[in-house]
Formats: sequence, structure tokens, C-alpha cells
Amino acid sequence: MIVEILLDATVRAGTPILFATLGAIINERAGIINLGIEGLMLIGALAGFTAAHLSGSLAVGVLAAFTAALMAGAIHGFITVQLRGNQIVSGLALTMFGIGITALFGRSMVGIRLDGFTRLAIPGLSELPIVGKAFFNQDPLIYLSFLLTVLIWVFFYRSRWGLALRSVGENPAAADTCGISVSLYRFCAVAVGSGIVGIGGAYLSLAYTPLWMENMSAGRGWIAVALVIFASWSSGRAMLGAYLFGGLTALQLRFQAMGTEISAHILQMLPYVFTIVVLVISTIRLEKGASQQPAGLGEAYDREDRK
Amino acid sequence: MIFAIEKRGAPSKTFAFTATVLSVLVALAVAGLLLLAAGVNPLAAYRDIVVESLGSLYGLSETLVKTTPLLFTGLAVSLAFRMQIWNIGAEGQLYMGACGASYIALFSGIENHLLMITTMFLAAALFGGCWGGVAGFLRARLRVNEVIVTLLMNYIAILWVDYLIYGPWRDPKGFNFPLTAQFSEAARLSEYFDTRLHSGFFLGLLLALLLYVFMERTIWGYEIKVIGSNPAAARYAGMKTGAAIFLVMFLSGAIAGIAGFSEVAGLQNRLQHGISPGYGYTAIIIAWLAKRSAIGVVIVSFLMGVLLVGGDSLQLIWQLPVAFVYAFQGLILFFLLGSDFFVRYRVRFRRKAA
Amino acid sequence: MQPLLQIQRIRKTFPGVIALDEVSFDVAPGEIHTLLGENGAGKSTLMNVLTGLYRPDSGGMMFAGQPVNFSSPRGSLACGIGMVHQHFMLVPAHTVFENILMALTDLPRLFNLDRLKERIRKVLEEFGLEIDLDEPVWKLSIGAQQWIELIKLLMRDCRLLILDEPTAVLTPQEAERLFLFLQQLKSQGKSIIFISHKMREVMEISDRVTILKKGRAVTTLQRGDFDENLLASLMIGDDRIPVWDKVSAATDNLVLEIKGLAVRNDRGLADLDNFNLDLRQGEILGIAGIAGNGQKALAEVLTGLRDASAGRISACGVDITNSSARSSYIAGIAHIPEDRKSIGIAPDMTVDDNLIMKSFKRPAFRRWMFQDRKAIVANAREKIDRFAIKAGPVGTPIRLLSGGNIQKVIIARELSEKPAVLVALYPTRGLDIGSAEYVHKVMVDGCRNGMSSLLISEDLDELLKLSDRIAVMFRGRLIGYVDPANTSREEIGLMMAGEARK
Repeated sequence: MIVEILLDATVRAGTPILFATLGAIINERAGIINLGIEGLMLIGALAGFTAAHLSGSLAVGVLAAFTAALMAGAIHGFITVQLRGNQIVSGLALTMFGIGITALFGRSMVGIRLDGFTRLAIPGLSELPIVGKAFFNQDPLIYLSFLLTVLIWVFFYRSRWGLALRSVGENPAAADTCGISVSLYRFCAVAVGSGIVGIGGAYLSLAYTPLWMENMSAGRGWIAVALVIFASWSSGRAMLGAYLFGGLTALQLRFQAMGTEISAHILQMLPYVFTIVVLVISTIRLEKGASQQPAGLGEAYDREDRK
Repeated sequence: MIFAIEKRGAPSKTFAFTATVLSVLVALAVAGLLLLAAGVNPLAAYRDIVVESLGSLYGLSETLVKTTPLLFTGLAVSLAFRMQIWNIGAEGQLYMGACGASYIALFSGIENHLLMITTMFLAAALFGGCWGGVAGFLRARLRVNEVIVTLLMNYIAILWVDYLIYGPWRDPKGFNFPLTAQFSEAARLSEYFDTRLHSGFFLGLLLALLLYVFMERTIWGYEIKVIGSNPAAARYAGMKTGAAIFLVMFLSGAIAGIAGFSEVAGLQNRLQHGISPGYGYTAIIIAWLAKRSAIGVVIVSFLMGVLLVGGDSLQLIWQLPVAFVYAFQGLILFFLLGSDFFVRYRVRFRRKAA
Repeated sequence: MQPLLQIQRIRKTFPGVIALDEVSFDVAPGEIHTLLGENGAGKSTLMNVLTGLYRPDSGGMMFAGQPVNFSSPRGSLACGIGMVHQHFMLVPAHTVFENILMALTDLPRLFNLDRLKERIRKVLEEFGLEIDLDEPVWKLSIGAQQWIELIKLLMRDCRLLILDEPTAVLTPQEAERLFLFLQQLKSQGKSIIFISHKMREVMEISDRVTILKKGRAVTTLQRGDFDENLLASLMIGDDRIPVWDKVSAATDNLVLEIKGLAVRNDRGLADLDNFNLDLRQGEILGIAGIAGNGQKALAEVLTGLRDASAGRISACGVDITNSSARSSYIAGIAHIPEDRKSIGIAPDMTVDDNLIMKSFKRPAFRRWMFQDRKAIVANAREKIDRFAIKAGPVGTPIRLLSGGNIQKVIIARELSEKPAVLVALYPTRGLDIGSAEYVHKVMVDGCRNGMSSLLISEDLDELLKLSDRIAVMFRGRLIGYVDPANTSREEIGLMMAGEARK
């Protein structure tokens, strides 16, 4: 059935964006803007692919992707938190660096074929009509993304560290006076969040299209940055946004495959246009007070800053 | 021993300058390590860069050729930056400017050289300006983050140009390559010294001068500086910040669009795929490095031109991907941010208090 | 008895400023010890050192007989020291419950909401507070927010509580309630450091007083050994408490008439609601009220920064509410903003440039589109002389100037337009006495020259001293007018809490 196929494609296309958005949300909830998402996805994709190729294990690949992206993100964390550097410039630098370094070291990986993740059906649930195949007959990374979405919610709203992290992002001075270490929480949030973005990149190179290509993320990282606002910094809505985007991508690919009159280039523009529209709407809602961004987002915290 | 971090009162200009230079050198060193890891001899590579870009008249002219679009985009981003607006879309605005100029060149039928060039120039500025103006409008009216919008619009602009050159504007005599027909003589800028150096470079220098006067001597420049320094205070003083944001983004986009004009009219004489290898992104570094000085933009653009010519030669000689330059640029930014820290703060070591 | 806290020769400097100069004092258990000093004397800085927010350059501290050295707030919290800051350390978007949780250290990793909520509700009941735990903090009144800060300290079982200017945001009645609470804590053996610059309160609750002046501890006095005059002279340094020869220059001409004004904020709530006010020529009209009851909205509407959603403003008989005549009249209204540094100046630009921020388009300062640097510099020279501004070397960014000098620049800029009305929003907040005096002088001089002033202030002393009439605001409305010569602080206090005049 066509709906099933499209839904399946939606989930698959949306998953790398979901990982990236979740990672970005963790960053921003702690108060740090991370514009390096695009670069982190590429780093994750290459590291994952290389490790999986060399070790023969996909799981090792995912782990490597997480670790590599975590370390790259830690640079951004160190610069913005410990060194109080400009968050926007640092993030852009990270993206540039990621694009360049993966191009450099990825040369030897181009053209290599890899057996990517295969589907794993969940007994019972995968038989459900319409949604069964799309959600319960997928590869393990997609199941991981479901789990992560829930875990992140639990972390933020039911755990003491999640509350502390949210406080750090909203009012770092208040958190500081309660004895919460602002710099530690922020740095860890940036590092771990970046690692999760890396898994999104690994999904691209190990599951979506098991290969490595220079610049293979093609702007998805930027879409994730925009989706954070759409998601109102919540993991549940992030899933919604990622799948909306995934659905559009699926439709667009479908049209291309069907051989339409519309130029492929125009069709490829659609996701970006869509993202801008989504961003505008989300921002309007934000300004109207319907959703709130972390009040301390984007500002460096210096304890000794005198008013 | 623990260390304490303290803010400095007012850092000296020489100290800041030295820190900047040092960080670029350190970035060079680290990039060298990366090259080593990729199997390239960094010293040889750097020597090649300098030789290729500065070692001959032709090399120098190539460097200036690359400097030209960097100058325009650097000025464009720098202008927006004075008002605390992040124009990450110089790349897309360049493409749209090129599109506008190409449209005039290919379809207007103008035969007079001066008229043609002027019209192309204006069309490029208009197209680039509108492209940037969209983000400016969204920011001014709806407070939408211009970083994301301008960036996404880069992708759209590049795809749009691809659509044109693969589709309706494709040169029927081009053997199916994605490019337009060559421009007529009337639509080309003059070249100098038997090299590819074209009038665009001098136009860029002129623009740098004009922008300097604009920012430092006019009431509009003053207004931009106040808004950049404190938009809330500017509003309180009665300045129309919304209109200013839109106009500055339009102007910034227009200048970046002129970079596109310069490339198609001066260098490539047609519209084709990949007319910019990321000038718009390099412009961000230029603007950041040059801080608030137009002469700074000129100097840094030249240095970046050296780097880009060098990057091309690295690709030819050492088979390095062109994108490697991005990594180098990223490193420069990282170390600039790092050194910025030491300029703004003093680190003191102290024993535990008695 | 051994003192609970001993501060020994603490020194703290910032670039260009000695904030604390070898300060020493001690606090006994079960004592209310007041730190008295004017703005800028170093009280908040000292407390930030005590709570681990700042590191001292030299000197030491002893707590409960042990030497302590705090590298972060964690350390001081662990000792049992807690502070309620002047600017509340709360997360407005989070609920009351979440804010209190943030302060607790013994939380389980995954928490059970209900049991914790019960625990907190019990404490609230103990003190007779009716606060909904699930309410987001931004919805609460400022008084309630302060109680939450206090609850945070209680739940951590603090032995030493520091309160920084707690009554700045309270009506006189609420302040009394706080004092009772503090006495209760004292009887439980807790110690309190009370920071204030209000003589009256100091007299009422202190067991001991330490006076800080310009970063130095002048002396410490026992209850019974001091009175207001002695404290004032020690605080300010000379025997003269400035007395004003206030001769009213008010006429009967109405310069501003406001009827039924309504202004909404971003959240759709009313900042001003059916607000009425009239201002006479040559008068200083003081506006009293707890911050957050619409004062800022009033100032913004009058100076063109915000639009009214209903009502009428007339200036000399002409309707300027939302009409086209508005901008020219707005030009005749000068505005000293609440927060100098955040909206009053362009921080990175020079004093010269800041002085012409409103007038840079005038023909005097330009030739076509080019700025006339000579004229701009000459203007700055003249203003710096006339207002005695310490501007530093040429080209200094204005943010490096002291608060008092920045305020002078703002005043110079605003008054250079010869305004008919001056709207001053907390103009002396955070200024030392000398600079505050200067601002007052400017207003009084102005009214002698026919200028009318709207002085919006939290400082009742200031209002009583300067105003010809005082209007009291509450929840966006004008409660009533009082005559400074014929009123009492209690009466104003009641009005500030919303009770209309009898």
C-alpha cells in the first residue's frame, strides 16, 4: 500500500534529523547555541563508516560515531563555556571544520560498500495495519531513536540532573547560587548532545545509504537547528517535526521517481523552503508567548560579571 | 595552585593584534599536523601555496582574481555584522546576483558595452539585495533568526541556478554541460596584463573605500553603529531599527550580489555550476577577523585569496580535496576565539588563600 | 560565645576599582547583624565573596571556628550559608515547586513528585503562606517570590541567612511581616546578615550594625549605642544630612492629562488599566509604588516606546495618545530610563557619540549626510563641562564610566533638548549619594525653569523629599494622591498595597 510505503520512507528519512534535533535540543536547553550540527553529522557519518568498515561491526561504528562527534562537540563546548567565546562563530567554525576534515580523511572511504543495518521486526507490533511496518519493522538505530526521545523527556522532567540542566539554561546565575556547576552541566550537555548528533550522521552512512560521500548530510544539520525552535525544545515535538520533514522528503523522492515534469532541482528545494516556513511559523508562535525558549540561551555565563 | 579568571578593563590594540596574528599561526601549525596525518608534507604544501599565489606575476594575478569576490562578500558580511546581524547567506546572494547579471547578459539584447555592464551590475545588486532582504524582512518584522534563514536560502539559490543551467538557460551548443552560452563582448569586464585579473578587483577596492566613508562619516553609518551597539537604546532614541535591519540586509545582499556580477562578467563570462567554491562562507571569517575596519577586510581578503589559490594548487599537486580549505578556516576561527579569550580575560595563578 | 562567622581583612578589586579594602567583621549565633552602607559601598560585593560567587584577592574567613575558603557557591551552601539576593535567583519559567527543588541537595535521582510536594506544602503552611506549588514563578507577585527564596533557604537548614535589601520590593506592612519572621528565625538560633541602606529598618531590627563606606568597614556598633543620626553621619561621612529648601514652583496649568489609559504587555496582561493622572507645569510629581505595578509601562507610553490600547493622553490640551501629533510632542518629553546600561546608552561608543544619540540628525551636527565631527566634539566639550562629567580620555567607550557619570551623560543628553516634561524612572538607583544628590538638583533646578517632572521611585525618602505631590500606583492604576507634608509612610504603604485612601 502506498501509504505504508510513504510512512516507512518518512520514518527513515526523518530519523537522522531526529537524532540531530535531539542532540541540538540538549545543547540549547543548557543555554548553548550549537551551529556545528552539520559538521557533527558529517564527522559522525565518516567515523561510523570507517570504524564499521575496519572492525566489521556496525555497533562499533555507531559507538565510534558517537565518540568522534562528542569529542568534536567538546571543542565547541570548551570554547563557548570555559573560554566564554562567541557561540555563533564557534558553531560555524565547527561546521566548516567538520566539512573540511571529513572531506580530507574520507577520500579513502569513497566507493567502499558496506552491509548496513537491516530491519528487525518487532513481533506482534509489526503486524499492525498501516503503522506496523513503518514503526515496528525498522533497523535498530530507529528503535534507538524512539528510546532516546522518551529517555530525554524522562531525563528533563523526572530527574534531578535534567532539572538542574534546564535551570542552567534558563537562569545560570540562579542555578549557580544553588550550588549547581553551570560550566560542568553546559560542557557535558554540549558534548553528549553533539555525540547524539553524530549518531544521526552514522545513520546516514550505515543505514540510510550505506556508503560515504563527501558532504553527504546535504544541509540536514541546518534543518535540525531550525526544527529545535519548531519543537519548542521538547523531544516529543522534535519527533513530530523530524517526521514532517521526512514525509516531505519521501514525497519529493516519490515524485522524482514517478518521473514528473517538475525539475529535480526545484523538487530538491522544497525541504529547505518548507523548513523556512516552519521556522517562521514557529518564531511567530514563540513571540506570541505560545512557547518559550530557554531564557539564558546564547549568553555566556560569567560569575563575576558585574551589572 | 588554582587559577582565577578576571576580566580585563580595556585591552590594548597592539595586544589584540598580536593575539590575532598568533592564532592564525597556530592554526597553520595544527592544519599542518592534519596534512601530515593525511600523508602530505605540510612544509612542502605551505611552500607551494606561497609560491603558487605570490611567486609569479601570474600567480599574483590569480590571487587577486580570487580576492575580488572575497572582497565583495567580506564587505557585505562585515556591513551586516556592524549591526549585529549575521548574514551567512552571502553565498546564495552571490549566486542570485550572478543569476541577475546573467539574465541581462543573455536576454536583454543590449549592445552598448557601458549600458550592458551597468544594467548587469544593477540587476545583480537588485537580485542579491532582494535575496538578502527576505531574511532582513523576516528578522525585522517577525524576529526570525537570520542565521538559519540566510543559510537555508543558500541551498535554495544554488539549486535555482542549477535548475536554470540544466534547464531553460542551458547552452544548446554546450554539449549538454550545465552552463549557459558565453556572454557577448559587451557583457564582459576588461582584463589586465594578459591575465585573468579584471575590473572587478578595482571595483571592489572602490567599494571598500565607499563603505568606509559610509560607516565612519555619514549619519547612516552612525545610526548603524548605535543600533549594533545597543538596539534597545537605539529604539529608545527614536531610531527605526526595523527599517534599518531590512535596509542593511538588503544592502549586504546587494554587495554580495555584486560579487556574483563580478564573477560572471569578469571571470567566467557565463553562468555555470559552482561559480563559487564557498566565498560566502570565507567571508564570515574575513568579517570576523577584520573586526570593524574596511581596510582590514581588504587585507584579510587578500590573505584568504592566497589561501584559496594555494588550495587549488594543493588539489592539483597533492590531490587534496578543495573542501580541505574549510577545515583550515574552521581552525583559524577556533584559535581566534581562543585568543580572544586571552585578550578579554587575564588568567592569574594563585595559591590557596591563607 | 564564639562567633559563628568571622571575616578577616577581605580585599577584592575589579579592573580599576577597589570594591573591598581589608574588611573585617563577625557575626554571632542567634543575632541579626545589619550591614549598612550607601549604594556602592561594597555590601553586595562582600556578600558575594561570603557566598562563594566572588574570590577575594586576599584575606580569610572562619565559620564555626574553622577556616573556610569557598571556590564556588557549593562550598558556602555546604556550610549552611544561604542568601536571598536583591535580584531574585529564580527561574521565572519554572514552577514554584521546580524552583525549590533546584535548591535541594538530597534529591533522589529520579524523584517522586508527590512526597516532595507534601514536604514543601507543610513548610509553607507553617509560615502561613498560600502559594500554589504548580504556578509558574513569573505569575507570582514580587513579595511571594521573595518568600520562595526564603523557603529555599529554610529547606536547606541554613544556619546563616543573608538578606540583601529585602524590603526594597515590599510595602511597609509586608516588611513588618518579614521582620517578625526574622525574629522567629533568630529565636531558633539562626543568624541573619541584613543588608540595607534604610535607617529606619536598621534601627528597628538590628542587634549590631556594621557600617561600610567606600569598601571599608568603618565600625561596628551594639544595639543601644547608636541612633539614626550617628548612623547617617558614619555612612555618609559628614554631619550634615542634606536638608532641602523645597519651594514649590508648581502652577495650575496642566501640562499632561492622562485619562483611562490602558497598556497591554507581550503576554496580553494589562500593565496599565484605566489609569488617570495629571501633571502641572513646574511641579515634581512623585510616583510611589512597588516596582512592577506599571511604572515602566507608564514611562514607555509617555516617551513613545509603547502604544496605548485605550485611553487618552493630552499634552497642553492636544491629544497625543496615538496620533500623528504624537512624535513632535514626544520630542518635548525627556526620559531617564530605568536601566542605564541596558537601554540608556550605546555601550561601545564614545561619550561624544552618546551625547548626540537623539539629536544627530539635526542640521547643527551634519552637512547633508556627513556628520560634522567638529560640532559634535564641541557639543560634547560643552556638556562635559556643564554637567561635570568625568569622561576619561578621548575615545573611551562609555561603558567604562562609573554609574554616576553614565547617568550624567544621559541627563545631559535629555535635558539639552529643553524638554517640557522629564520622566525619570528610578533615576538614582544604584548611585552613590553624591550622584543621587546631583540628579535631585537637576530636577529641582529644572522645575524652577518651568520644566515638570514625573519622578518614579521606590525610595519613599526620595519622594517625600522632592515631590510637590505624590501619586501612588498599584496594579496599573492610580490609587490616589497624597501631600508629602501631610501624609505618613503608613498611609502611603497602605496605598501601595492597593488600599484606597479614606
